[in-house]
Amino acid sequence: MALQSLDIKQRSATTTPSTQVRETLEIAKLIDVSACIGCKACQVACSEWNDIRDEIGTCHGVYDNPMDLTAKSWTVMRFTEVEQNNKLEWLIRKDGCMHCADPGCLKACPAPGAIVQYSNGIVDFHQENCIGCGYCVTGCPFNIPRISKEDSKAYKCSLCSDRVAVNQAPACVKACPTGAIQFGSKEDMKDYAAKRVTDLKERGYEQAGLYDPQGVGGTHVMYVLHHADKPDLYAGLPVNPSISPLVALWKGFAKPLATLALAGVALGSLFHYVTKGPNEVAKEIEDEIEREDSEKEGAK
Amino acid sequence: MIRDPKDLKRYEPQERANHWVVGISFILLALSGLAFFHPAFFPLTQLFGGPTWARIIHPYLGVLMAISFLGLFVRFRHLNKMTPADKEWLSKAQNMVNGNDHDMPEQGKYNGGQKVMFWVMAICMALMTVSGVLIWRAWFGFDITLVRLGAVVHAAAGAVMIGMIFVHVYAAIWVKGTIRAMWYGTVTRAWAKQHHRGWYRQMTGK
Repeated sequence: MALQSLDIKQRSATTTPSTQVRETLEIAKLIDVSACIGCKACQVACSEWNDIRDEIGTCHGVYDNPMDLTAKSWTVMRFTEVEQNNKLEWLIRKDGCMHCADPGCLKACPAPGAIVQYSNGIVDFHQENCIGCGYCVTGCPFNIPRISKEDSKAYKCSLCSDRVAVNQAPACVKACPTGAIQFGSKEDMKDYAAKRVTDLKERGYEQAGLYDPQGVGGTHVMYVLHHADKPDLYAGLPVNPSISPLVALWKGFAKPLATLALAGVALGSLFHYVTKGPNEVAKEIEDEIEREDSEKEGAK
Repeated sequence: MIRDPKDLKRYEPQERANHWVVGISFILLALSGLAFFHPAFFPLTQLFGGPTWARIIHPYLGVLMAISFLGLFVRFRHLNKMTPADKEWLSKAQNMVNGNDHDMPEQGKYNGGQKVMFWVMAICMALMTVSGVLIWRAWFGFDITLVRLGAVVHAAAGAVMIGMIFVHVYAAIWVKGTIRAMWYGTVTRAWAKQHHRGWYRQMTGK
């Protein structure tokens, strides 16, 4: 939905600049993995606020439910059991869109305005412009967008852009009973994270740190991790995510160049015709054949 | 009414029909494909009933083209084998482009340039088909790296094909007396003698 109180900073498949004049506050959601108890209140709040009801699944013998993100489950808790420092650790990570500063989905999208980035940093899908090609899935370094089987549109966490637009925190933040999900300006969230990291280090987590990957320009959903040196422990959180070089090649400078080259071939052909003229059958060959024909006629 | 019964038959009706199925599907694919290639071409989706319809239709047109192209490939493959005369022709192609085609080596049914076109199109068509399947999300879900590779290959091979087809169509317009071969199948003997003398001699026994 178009939200007039949020400026659109970047728009998919648009080659001219979007609104740049107003300076708005960059926001972020901070997920403190060390404070998460895995209650899934955030999943329920997301479902409730956004009016999405996923199919009731079946038990797979693990706590993950649903097992993966879907067009109707925009956030899921991912549970991992690992051994660190000879101790069993139960790592619970709330997965969902990271709202990258340099969003691969937006870069890959061919439909103008189907993906936008607001000046506050939220990356939002406008389904009314979505054509269902799935290029956003191809572009995303975190494997987040899902195509609905019902309407073939792409869906993902909107960071409750409709709530944020009216100065409300996202639904998951409101629902979290332990304060593991915080919301505010990106600067404030970094400060808050720094305090949490200090605390964790004091408690023996030497490698605790903030996950705000610079390969995608930083994100507007950040994690506090006890093992920030090994993000992949947390259900495969990418160690150093960036837009794939294949996607960068596919959507980068090659296409305008190819477009120019094609225009060059077309114009080159036209100017070849008007400068060199057509390649016609020579009069002498036509005469030659006519002569042969009449000789044959004469011989009869 | 046949103007000159001595005109030479260059293409059978089935060959021409096959060519036009490929041609029509190619034009529709190029227009809808360009729309997703670069935002500048996005308005082309309106020709297909809107952007979502263009996205839905494009791959099915691709299947049609892949199958009909295979028909052309099987029909003309044996006529497109490269020979030393073709290589010599290609080395002198600059003269041809400049309009001095008198000293070009004698060519059979197809010249070296046409054969290069044939093989480049065949390779691109194979790449387009495989990469197209990789990125066809309505039916398939391949590994993300394969899908990304598919997206790059599809865009690159598509651009090469469109460029080659510009050359193909322009060559037919430039060399007068050619297009009729694809409309109703015949060319004049003078045309054949000038452009494909080997084929002319084979057809007339001269």
